[in-house]
Amino acid sequence: MNIIEVRNVTKEYSNHVALDDVSISIPKGCIFGLLGPNGAGKTSLIRIINQITGPDKGEILFDGQLLNQSHISRIGYLPEERGLYKKMKVGEQLLYLAQLKGLSQKQAMEKLKTWFVKFDIKTWWDKSVSDLSKGMQQKVQFVSTVLHEPDLIILDEPFSGFDPINANLIRDEILELKQKGSTIIFSTHRMETVEELCDYIALIHKSKKVLDGPKKRIKEQFKTNSYFVEYKGNLNGLENNYQILSEKELEDGYRRTTIHLDENTSPNALLSSLLPTVEIRAFGENIPSMSDIFMRSVNEVPEA
Amino acid sequence: MRNIFLVIKREYLVRVKKKSFLIMTLLAPLLFVGFYATVIWVALGSVDKKTVQVLDESGLFKKEFKDSETLKFVYVDSSIDSAKATFKASDANALVFIPKNVIREPKGVRIYAAKNVSMDLKSEIEKVIEKQIEDIKLSEAGITHKILEDSRVNVSSETISLSEEGEKTSSSGAATVIGGICAFLIYMSVFIYGTQVMRGITEEKTSRIVEVIISSVRPFELMLGKIIGVALVGLTQFVLWILLTTALTSATSAVLSSRMPKDSPQMQQEMDMIQKGMPNQNMPGGNVENPVAEVLGAVNSLNIPLILGCFLFYYLGGYLLYSALFGAVGAAVDNDADTQQFMLPITLPIIFSFVFAQFVLRDPDGTLAFWTSMIPFTSPIIMMVRIPFGVPAWEIALSMVLLVLGFMGTTWLAARIYRVGILMYGKKVTYKELAKWIFYK
Repeated sequence: MNIIEVRNVTKEYSNHVALDDVSISIPKGCIFGLLGPNGAGKTSLIRIINQITGPDKGEILFDGQLLNQSHISRIGYLPEERGLYKKMKVGEQLLYLAQLKGLSQKQAMEKLKTWFVKFDIKTWWDKSVSDLSKGMQQKVQFVSTVLHEPDLIILDEPFSGFDPINANLIRDEILELKQKGSTIIFSTHRMETVEELCDYIALIHKSKKVLDGPKKRIKEQFKTNSYFVEYKGNLNGLENNYQILSEKELEDGYRRTTIHLDENTSPNALLSSLLPTVEIRAFGENIPSMSDIFMRSVNEVPEA
Repeated sequence: MRNIFLVIKREYLVRVKKKSFLIMTLLAPLLFVGFYATVIWVALGSVDKKTVQVLDESGLFKKEFKDSETLKFVYVDSSIDSAKATFKASDANALVFIPKNVIREPKGVRIYAAKNVSMDLKSEIEKVIEKQIEDIKLSEAGITHKILEDSRVNVSSETISLSEEGEKTSSSGAATVIGGICAFLIYMSVFIYGTQVMRGITEEKTSRIVEVIISSVRPFELMLGKIIGVALVGLTQFVLWILLTTALTSATSAVLSSRMPKDSPQMQQEMDMIQKGMPNQNMPGGNVENPVAEVLGAVNSLNIPLILGCFLFYYLGGYLLYSALFGAVGAAVDNDADTQQFMLPITLPIIFSFVFAQFVLRDPDGTLAFWTSMIPFTSPIIMMVRIPFGVPAWEIALSMVLLVLGFMGTTWLAARIYRVGILMYGKKVTYKELAKWIFYK
């Protein structure tokens, strides 16, 4: 079951196309990475899902229904450009934002108490937002995003502006929310986050979707059938079906070499041809990193 | 609907809780009352009498200098030199010397004083002398006091407006004052509260909270909620001003009247007028036929409920019309500094109507008055100027309908600019661009 189905969505602005016939499915209960270079159209898509703007063509299904006003309270949105009312008190502000998402004052109050205890920020209630540091404001904003326990949480660069300790805190919260059954959409440039957290990804480039699916499958797809080996000794006389891609001298006298195998050769064959000549410390398949995949997909698309 | 109410509530509470709102609300009536209280206080406080010695060689002024509340005249009879000497020793404040030939040489009059003589005292003394000389010269020419009295008449005309309800005494003076005050209040409030709406929207945009808010609230609801919230702030302030001013004036006048000498009817009259919120006019006693009654009558002749009702309607209408436009400007720009270029076309009609108001006050039924009180951009101010003078019901109705249509139009226009503008950053917006936004799907 998909919580979001984007079907053939096109969005045009007066002088450019922001989204060109984009279709994406976001399964329930996953962490979905929405990737793409700056200006690719990620924010446009997120704004359409949030019903801030509408698509010119195509449609969006939320939990099987055509997206409508009633879904607003089931979505939590943390925009990339964070913002709160500077002069308003933290407590009042969070109550207001929660009420706009459909909670009653009482419900909002109860939920806020839990979060204030959890994040240990009880003393902030009566402070003006402008008196908080940037990191503190981010925390407050995160609380406002997830307070109404939305089914779908959309986070645009959620870790920017957090120190490592708080980033970890937020990451744990995100994982906990996933455990509770929420779906999370990440829009980010930080590939290590994607590597660590995302189950599914979609890559948008120049207004078009160029890639999507489960992270594992995509990695599989981008494998180059190359292996690395760390060894001591001299690597000579490899046969023609092995192609050395790179070689690097490590500090402790070992060398690290990346070898490409042709389609008919198994890694076992490589190992057995290596064993007599060198002393092997490590051997493994080169799994492409998300960052490699990102770079390759983006560069493959011809300039429009 | 629930959301728009939440927005209104926030906009209202945030502004009402501000210190500046509290200060303005308290300070304005205090300043108003304080001003009048000071005027009266000063008037009451200067009762310490000044003594003026008069050396009258001509013998013509023996009975002319009359003691007043502030002045006491003492006649001395000696040579000028010895009078000067005794004056220095005495604690009198001034010595007036009137020479023998004062009728032919009025410039010979001298006022001696230890310190400088106040303008008041000088003119008081000069007035008495001038009048006496004038009288003497007139009677020398054969004109008696009786003829003089008869020649002084006081004309106080009443304007009667003829209408279906019959003759009604009206006072164009009171109508002018009331009309002017209403026009000024609307002019000020449209500016003050319209700018508040604009600032609020720019603030939301620059602090970037707007994206969070409009992921829960439709942009139109957010805009309307803000406009209504600020309108209620304005109404609250008006009501508090009226209540506080009334309470403070009655309290102040109670305190002051207890301090007031009972034998001062003119003071009493002034106090009455202040209690009734009338401007403090200085009336030369006896020359005007019971002025208090006249002013009160004039005010009563005006249709106060109609004026109040219309004031409320035109305040709200004018405010809604303009604040929508101010809001659109706030949404179109990135910061307060950029608002200037778009402010001009909005502020011009407001300023123009205030200028037109001066002409309309003189000719409340002219062609200019009619048309400017129909056009929604000028009608809130101009119609309020005309209403105290009496305006046919159909004109008021037509003007109100047009105003409602007008603010519906500007709100629609503003909403279209608003929804595009609030998410547009870092772009220098031009009028051409704005026009494009209006026609976006």
